Amino acid sequence: MERVPILKLGDILIVSIQIDLQDQGVLALQEDLADAVVEHRARGVIIDITAVEIVDSFIGRMLSTIASISRVLDAETIVVGMRPAVAITLVELGLSLGGVRTALNLEKGVALLHSRDGVDSDTVTR
Amino acid sequence: MTDTFEVPIDSDSDVVVVRQHVRSHALQAKLSLVDQTKVVTAASELARNTLVYGGGGRLVIEAISNGVRRGLRLSFIDEGPGIGDVEQALTDGWSTGGGLGLGLSGSRRLMDEFDLESAPGRGTRVTVVKWVR
Ligand SMILES: Nc1ncnc2c1ncn2[C@@H]1O[C@H](COP(=O)(O)OP(=O)(O)OP(=O)(O)O)[C@@H](O)[C@H]1O
Ligand SMILES: [Mg+2]
Repeated sequence: MERVPILKLGDILIVSIQIDLQDQGVLALQEDLADAVVEHRARGVIIDITAVEIVDSFIGRMLSTIASISRVLDAETIVVGMRPAVAITLVELGLSLGGVRTALNLEKGVALLHSRDGVDSDTVTR
Repeated sequence: MTDTFEVPIDSDSDVVVVRQHVRSHALQAKLSLVDQTKVVTAASELARNTLVYGGGGRLVIEAISNGVRRGLRLSFIDEGPGIGDVEQALTDGWSTGGGLGLGLSGSRRLMDEFDLESAPGRGTRVTVVKWVR
């Protein structure tokens, strides 16, 4: 079974899905990411789906689950690079992707995570 | 005039193969990018149902024409346990498998035509059509 590599950039984990994953691969990614968040004490997870041609209920559920798991572990998940056709299809399918934040691309996703940290520390020092 | 193609659905990896074949047929049928995405997404949902609930089966892909328009017809066929209450199965959020219950109802929204034939003990056949705009 093919596995998706998880990259580490400071306290952010980055995953870029480049292949058409079968369901077992989707579940493996979900588990690997949860383990990696704990192991690296990550503050953020970015899932890049630029190359993903469809998001069905199975992948959609994985994205929501990863977001929930990371929130419990004090990390934030951001999905980046969703294609417009995928977004349109998701809405019609009825998937809400509850709790999943999105950004246009990887750069904006990283910026979003960093700005959140900035806001947090600002609030604390005040 | 029809042109038929068949794909077995017996494993997780067959669901990926279904997506690939449906994508290339949707492209060949000259569906728009959004419609291609909708058709492949619906096919992924229905193939997974055939595998998980139907115990495996097959997909028949047909390039069809009604004289005015061309389209793509997909039939997902299994000889599994069937569905007792079809109305209930088509309700958003209804699932006997711990899923989101969006596969059938969502696929119906994504396609132009949707037909579900099923009887307990006699398997299930879901037929969907997308017409080229
Ligand atoms: N081919 C089939 N054979 C038997 N039962 C089926 C079949 N397809 C669907 N069903 C029944 O219909 C229910 C609804 O299916 P649907 O695809 O909408 O949701 P799900 O598969 O449970 O969840 P999701 O697809 O959102 O992950 C299923 O839980 C199952 O009980
Ligand atoms: Mg389903």
